[in-house]
Amino acid sequence: MMAMKKMLEQEPSEIEMLLPFHAAGTLSARDAKRVEEALASDPELAKQYAVIREEYAETIGLNESLGAPSARAMAKLFAAIDGEPARKPSMSGRVSAGISGFFASLSPRTLAWSASLGAVVLLAQAGVIGAVLVKNEQPATFQTASLSTNEPITRSMVPEAPRALVKFAPDARVADITTLLDSYQASIVDARGGMFRLQFGTRAMSRDELAGLMNRLKSEKIVTLAVATP
Amino acid sequence: MQVLYGRHHVRVFRFGIRLVRDEQVAEDLISEVFLDVWRQAGKFEGRSAVSTWLLAITRFKALSALRRRKDVELDDEAANAIEDAADDPEVSVQKKDTSQALRKCLSALSPEHREIVDLVYYHEKSVEEVAEIVGIPENTVKTRLFYARKKLADLLKAAGVERGWP
Repeated sequence: MMAMKKMLEQEPSEIEMLLPFHAAGTLSARDAKRVEEALASDPELAKQYAVIREEYAETIGLNESLGAPSARAMAKLFAAIDGEPARKPSMSGRVSAGISGFFASLSPRTLAWSASLGAVVLLAQAGVIGAVLVKNEQPATFQTASLSTNEPITRSMVPEAPRALVKFAPDARVADITTLLDSYQASIVDARGGMFRLQFGTRAMSRDELAGLMNRLKSEKIVTLAVATP
Repeated sequence: MQVLYGRHHVRVFRFGIRLVRDEQVAEDLISEVFLDVWRQAGKFEGRSAVSTWLLAITRFKALSALRRRKDVELDDEAANAIEDAADDPEVSVQKKDTSQALRKCLSALSPEHREIVDLVYYHEKSVEEVAEIVGIPENTVKTRLFYARKKLADLLKAAGVERGWP
């Protein structure tokens, strides 16, 4: 504790100032390695990092609780766009260039996770196709040919089921993630950057049950962050 | 535009509402931001992520909206925010609930500190991206975040929550 206080009285070290960025996973590979090495050799720094991870999780929780804008904002925007003068033809080319730039600017981490998510979705789709084929081989019972596309691919959900934002360890394999999803009866409902929004089961949970679930999740080796969200 | 709006409007709204602290103003803000994007799409050169560009525009619009408010109103708001963190009996009652206290104190940070915490932790922006959005040098990004965290620790301490740092 004394050492920490002394640390604060002085100017913070470069590594110390990089800790929040390390928690958010936005450092370059070189800086991330420097921070990892410092954390491994400095218990005081590691203690501060634990505090930072708590702040990180609560900042996400706080922002997620802010809700979303009403449809009014979108209606206002598109009414304003309708009132704009016609665009020049070169615009589409510029937008294409912008979109290309957007993909080019994604970090390797984001691209890797997007690829992982794609793999998970492919596996889930394969599962659904397999299930449909097996079902069709069973003795004929009358059924309609339609399959609802509004339902999530992996399992049916109800809005009351708890949800959480989860971040997996960078070295987590797709097989580990799918095993975890199965063991928690969880489905991926959304993803952004390196974070996944999971929905657990199909029933509502009490606050205590949810807290227990989050603690279990946080203790999983491949989970680096789990925050309950609405 | 619908795809771009669908992908980013919630984050733009949340960044905006944390700056202006008014849902109505934040909703107006997102319409203005995306209208600007529609008008200036040709200026986007792809050197930064689309979300970084959007957050920079949102910040500019939010500050303009705040400037339109009377200075007196702003001072009152800032004072209330500080009192909230230190004196609100709710925070004291929730001493043991670090999570709740943390969220309360995160909301009580100054706008300058709030935005940097949100950009790094929630919007997952790098040092370089935050520097671009806020318009400050990269070293200032790092020191500002450090002192925002220190302020957060002070607020928590005043609310009776000790976390072992500092």
